[in-house]
Amino acid sequence: MSDLKSGSNLEKVLKAGHFAFTGECGPPKGADVEHLKEKFQYLKGNVDAVNVTDNQTAVVRMSSLAASKLMIDEGLEPNFQMVTRDRNRLAIMSDILGAYALGIRNMLCLSGDHQTFGNNPQAKNVHDIDSMQLIALVKKMRDEEKFMNDEDIDVAPKMFIGAACNPFADPYEYRVYRLANKIEAGADFIQTQCIFNMDKFRDFMKKAVDMGLHKKCYILAGVTPMKNAGMANFMSKFVPGMDIPASIIKRLKGVDKKNQAEEGIKFALEQVEEFKEMKGVAGVHMMAIEWEHMVPEIAERAKVLPRPVV
Amino acid sequence: MRLSYPADIKIIQVPCTGRVDILHLLNAIEDGADGVYVAGCLEGECHYIKGNIKAKKKVEYVKKTLAEVGIEPERVQMFNLSSAQGARFAEIANEMVDKIKELGPTPIKKNHAA
Amino acid sequence: MIVADQKSLKEILAMVKDNKKILIVGCKGCVTVCNVGGLKEVEILASIMKIARKKQGNDIDIDIKVLERQCDNEYVAEISDIINDYEAVISLACGVGPQFLSEMYKEKIIYPGLNTTFFGGATEHGVWEERCAGCGSCAIHDFAGLCPIARCAKSLMNGPCGGSSDGVCEINKDTVCIWDTIVQKKIKAGQLEDLIGVKGLKNWRTARDGGPRRSIREELVQGNI
Repeated sequence: MSDLKSGSNLEKVLKAGHFAFTGECGPPKGADVEHLKEKFQYLKGNVDAVNVTDNQTAVVRMSSLAASKLMIDEGLEPNFQMVTRDRNRLAIMSDILGAYALGIRNMLCLSGDHQTFGNNPQAKNVHDIDSMQLIALVKKMRDEEKFMNDEDIDVAPKMFIGAACNPFADPYEYRVYRLANKIEAGADFIQTQCIFNMDKFRDFMKKAVDMGLHKKCYILAGVTPMKNAGMANFMSKFVPGMDIPASIIKRLKGVDKKNQAEEGIKFALEQVEEFKEMKGVAGVHMMAIEWEHMVPEIAERAKVLPRPVV
Repeated sequence: MRLSYPADIKIIQVPCTGRVDILHLLNAIEDGADGVYVAGCLEGECHYIKGNIKAKKKVEYVKKTLAEVGIEPERVQMFNLSSAQGARFAEIANEMVDKIKELGPTPIKKNHAA
Repeated sequence: MIVADQKSLKEILAMVKDNKKILIVGCKGCVTVCNVGGLKEVEILASIMKIARKKQGNDIDIDIKVLERQCDNEYVAEISDIINDYEAVISLACGVGPQFLSEMYKEKIIYPGLNTTFFGGATEHGVWEERCAGCGSCAIHDFAGLCPIARCAKSLMNGPCGGSSDGVCEINKDTVCIWDTIVQKKIKAGQLEDLIGVKGLKNWRTARDGGPRRSIREELVQGNI
């Protein structure tokens, strides 16, 4: 046990060599705890950890820190997301300590969507540090037990450090090096952007494996089941950094509207099957956006249940 | 060609409409002109390459600016014709005068006189 | 240069709605170069303001003056003889101008006629773009000669983020992803290794974050000569 970095369930599952399966849950646009608890129930027991998003798409929601704590109280393990858009280094370090004190053991380090996209475009964006530096900061606090200014921490936060990777953003040829930088900075695990372009992802993973990155870090492939062709179209056109091949949209359109959700799930399940076999992929991050109630069925059909207890 | 055009118009000659300045147009309105228009060469036929295009942009700027302070932008216009189109010149003059008559006297003049 | 935009006429007219006699002061520095606060623009603003006020039947007297610069007191002092003839002054300069005027003419109402936008340059006639954030510790040589602090929407030191697509930033199609440009330039020069590794935290003390800044060149300070 002593060689564990944080002792989180996610870390233990990955370290034991199991194929990890993580979920995602967006806190409410309000303080509706009951609704949040309801969403937790769909995820409980079906995933190893749940990402709790931090004002995703720059829309104000219940804080990811508070929602992560509520999640712990319900017996699930959160993967606390933190963006550098809204906090300077003081707030970041203090929230990391607070998160650890509340029992949070996984953290995903992000820069965050620019506030232009959200419902407070007038806001000042902080960006005191960036996501790469956040990874390094969490690692320093954990391993050196020091703050960024080299002052000692009395009880250091021992986090399992996550980072994001978007193989579909440009410039493509640099993306694998940026991933390597994140791993060098201290990322223990990576969750990728939603994957739809499987050809490109296979190529990307080959490059990552050739560089040996999969041995330094657990790479979880991002999957989002499409609810319908309209959603695929929308994401393709309006969500930055999304690469949705025309063939996927065509496949969804090819079936009756009422069967499109099933077709979307089928595609996601096919992806999961391939990822189980793909060299360098340590698990799947299932982002069923506002579709949490489908997670039990998806997990069941993906044959990832029961989740290992380690 | 002995074409007549309305006596309401005072012609100010410039070597090229590129010489027309935003201030010339604004000062005319400021000093009580009911309207002002620029008659330039046909687009693509400027002797100085782009003089009339520059004038067009300045006229657009003045129209936009006047509209912002509640003056009818139609009081400032740009027309394009060649020096051989005498009849067209008279026609434009009549067109402009009719337009201004329709708009009525400038809202600037009466205050200015006061 | 410092780039600025003129405030809307509506805003400027509202500022001086109760004034009958004002002075508009232009500046021959940056704002003349970016065509927003030089003699021409001062004249145009004066004319359109007079038109607007005449239309309201509430004429306004406007005189104009263009100073060599509004950011040096010796030039700001040039209007000391005339300033008391006016109820208020509109400064067509970057944000420095109206403050130097306010500091020298303490009793006078000074209105800013411009919105100061950024440090930049003209990329084509009539188009200006931001290049510098004035952070006080230039490191463009670490980024292929391009500044991610000023030009990346998230000021990333370790970019590009996942929103970079076809060389364009996620915030809008008109914004270049400067990190894409940096990476492409480095790859082309065979210097990709410069982008391997993590760039450490920036020290923002030299930027505005450290409080208002001051530069002293001892050899030029009068008391020292």
